[in-house]
Amino acid sequence: MYIIVVGGGKVGYYLTKTLVNEGYEVFLIEKNPAKVQVYRDRFGAIVMQGDGAEVATLAAAGAGRADVVIAVTGDDEDNLVICQMARERFGVRRTIARVNNPKNEELFRKLGIDVTVSQTNVILSIIEQQIPERPFVHLMALRHADLAIVEAKVSQDSPVIHQPIWQIELPPEVIITAILRHGELIIPTGQTVIEPGDELIVVTKQQREAELRELLTGPPA
Amino acid sequence: MRILIVGCGRVGSRLAIEFVAEGHRVSIVDQRQEAFRRLPDHFPGQLVLGTGIDEDVLRSAGIESADVFVAVTEDDNTNIMAAQIAQAIYQVPKVILRIYDPERAEVYRGLGLTVICPTRTVADMIEEQVRQHRPARVSG
Repeated sequence: MYIIVVGGGKVGYYLTKTLVNEGYEVFLIEKNPAKVQVYRDRFGAIVMQGDGAEVATLAAAGAGRADVVIAVTGDDEDNLVICQMARERFGVRRTIARVNNPKNEELFRKLGIDVTVSQTNVILSIIEQQIPERPFVHLMALRHADLAIVEAKVSQDSPVIHQPIWQIELPPEVIITAILRHGELIIPTGQTVIEPGDELIVVTKQQREAELRELLTGPPA
Repeated sequence: MRILIVGCGRVGSRLAIEFVAEGHRVSIVDQRQEAFRRLPDHFPGQLVLGTGIDEDVLRSAGIESADVFVAVTEDDNTNIMAAQIAQAIYQVPKVILRIYDPERAEVYRGLGLTVICPTRTVADMIEEQVRQHRPARVSG
């Protein structure tokens, strides 16, 4: 597999190093000549100076035969254009962009970038999972289907308590997949009764999250 | 019409002044306060300080009701991203952007954006002038 990495900051550097060690064929494009010199001493000829959004640079890097292009510069507009040029001009099938401003994740996906990586969102979700008292935690977003997996703690104020699942008016496109009760995992059926303190693992369409949150954790204070 | 311009450089400021004179409602975005000095005092359009690739900035500049969106910052990629936000997210009916790099211009023209490539245009005009030139004396 041939991977082109664009952007030789800390992320690009360690990514290149890791991919090389994993045995992948890797090529790194970096704008700054001074950095390129340093990286050449470490990686050899797989580092090139250039602007990864330019056709000539991508062509010289062999984008035509690349399986993946990963854009990890510090500028979102550059990462977007690098991925789009790789796809539109060189037919690269898989493009991955680092997103510095987390608000841009949605936009990038809409514009056809296959995978977006937002450090801000990754760190945020780790923080959320580490804080036990949060009643509603977004565990994971499943990109293509616009789905999310969330963990919600059912509060005393929730209108769903002491009811079997079949009686609960869940928002559409929402499924309760598992219940954690006193450390025990329950795979629910329609007859399962929801108790306060239950931790639910729910698969939901992302746009239903707010509704679901209110239903399970009670109306906002 | 409501016209939103991103980039208050020589081109952006000139467009803003002309559109206002024609009676259009203009808002203009630039991330440098000093860029707005290119506009006359008491310029009747809306000035918005911020980057044109931030949706919050674009919304406060009225992108939701814009009829025309123009991206003319000095940076090709900023123009491309701003224009795609206008096109893909806000469905602005007419989106025009400047791209200096002819190769990039071609790719984004293919994606349905109205791209002006000054590099190509100027080169064509100069070539045309050279072709039309008839030497007064034939050297040799």
